[in-house]
Amino acid sequence: MTTITLTDLTLGYERHPAVHHLSGSFQPGSMTAVVGPNGSGKSTLLKGIVGILRPLGGHITRQNLKKHQIAYLPQQLEIDRSFPITVLDTVILGLWRQIGIFGGMKRDLWSRAEQALQAVGLAGFEMRAIGNLSGGQFRRVMFARMLLQDSAVVVLDEPFTSIDSQTTIDLLKVIERWYKEKRTIIAVLHDFSQVHDHFPETLLIARELIAWGPTAEVMTDKHLTLSRTMSEAWDDEAEICAEEGL
Amino acid sequence: MNFFVDLLIEPFREYIFMRHALAACVALAIGCAPVGMLLVLRRMSLMGDALSHAVLPGAALGFLVSGLSLYAMTVGGIVVGLTVALLAGAVARVTALREDASFAALYLISLALGVLIISMRGTSIDLVHVLFGTILAVDDPALILVASITTVTVFTMAIIYRPLIVECFDPGFLRSVGGKGATMHFLFLVLVVLNLVAGFTALGTLMAVGMLMLPAASANFWARQFWSASLVAAIIAVIAGYSGLLLSFHLNVPSGPAIILVAGLCYAFSVFFGRYGSIYRRHKAGGHLTG
Repeated sequence: MTTITLTDLTLGYERHPAVHHLSGSFQPGSMTAVVGPNGSGKSTLLKGIVGILRPLGGHITRQNLKKHQIAYLPQQLEIDRSFPITVLDTVILGLWRQIGIFGGMKRDLWSRAEQALQAVGLAGFEMRAIGNLSGGQFRRVMFARMLLQDSAVVVLDEPFTSIDSQTTIDLLKVIERWYKEKRTIIAVLHDFSQVHDHFPETLLIARELIAWGPTAEVMTDKHLTLSRTMSEAWDDEAEICAEEGL
Repeated sequence: MNFFVDLLIEPFREYIFMRHALAACVALAIGCAPVGMLLVLRRMSLMGDALSHAVLPGAALGFLVSGLSLYAMTVGGIVVGLTVALLAGAVARVTALREDASFAALYLISLALGVLIISMRGTSIDLVHVLFGTILAVDDPALILVASITTVTVFTMAIIYRPLIVECFDPGFLRSVGGKGATMHFLFLVLVVLNLVAGFTALGTLMAVGMLMLPAASANFWARQFWSASLVAAIIAVIAGYSGLLLSFHLNVPSGPAIILVAGLCYAFSVFFGRYGSIYRRHKAGGHLTG
């Protein structure tokens, strides 16, 4: 079980911070919604957590957790949707750590893949080409793949944008299941009712930390108003941040 | 009956250079098919073209140093081709410039360099042969070279098949699970350069990329999966090689362009009548299915 700790963390691009001086920790088995206005640094924070983006300042400790043990669903997938590959093959990629370059699929792995497809409601879609799927069906495929990754930490960047309510309900069930299995879940969300109903913890940011803790204490009018006053602009003349870290 | 034997088989039975050429074509077809398919899938078709031009100064340098020596030109081609591929990849990964743009920049530089080197030596019939194809003069060393490159290509593809496909389909995911995406990409570029060099000993630097791209582009219209499409591409390439050689023999035209033109005919046919996504398929009338 791993605690992910942020210490005076600053993340950004070309020296401009997208989010700065963030400190706190994600407890093992916790389920946290990351909330904030557009441009508040949510996606950037997730990229830092999964280790794609190197911090400009401060650091992230993941204890003994390796980067590849984090299942990550980016907001913008690099996937080529016209690639000639079936739903089943795409989902099985989640087993990469087990099968690797040469490994074969044993019987128990096949049945796990089958169960994953069933869990996201895609039984019977195995042989369909991914190019023929709708946006919602494809999101289900991504969730099935993450199910097979069997990771201790699951990081989701806006998993429900442009997805209909039925798909959202089904996929929220998958997330609830991960939570019951004591996995750490971090998800960027925009729908406040989803946050209230499903996520015990919330991290509210607006290029800096506004509040972090139990959802009811974080999602107050005072905090939300505060988060809306943030400045989105990059100042090219900005001076080196004087807010002293640790 | 005898007429057909004379037309289709006799040239190969009678002349050893025709048998050599045919063997080289078959070897090229087998190596180029999967590599070309991946170039198409990775949307790198034009990068293959760029790389083929990048091979030119290497071959020209080899020629400048030791005359019409297969080994010198091959080594030159491989070294320069790989350098361009590596530099382009490195520029793309280190800077904000995208890979296709850095490829274009580097191949233009090396093309200019190649032309400069050629012009220093003046025009030479030998050099023209090298640049535009001498498949009818494929000797034993050349044949062994082409066959070796094909063998290396097929085995390497078999070994790195899975990560290569995943890197092509979802590079972000491969990175996130700790797969060696960049290494696979590099190995693949090595294969592209090797096959271009194999092609230029037989078809010339200008035509080499034709054996990579045309069969692969055609195969896309006939098969939906990578392995089956590669098979179709290899078959098309063999047909093009065989028919092109016969055309070249009977009509007394250069072999390289003849082979590529036959491949071009296969491509045109596929565009119109292919099983998937062809003009015929897209405009065929008929009711839609119920579900």
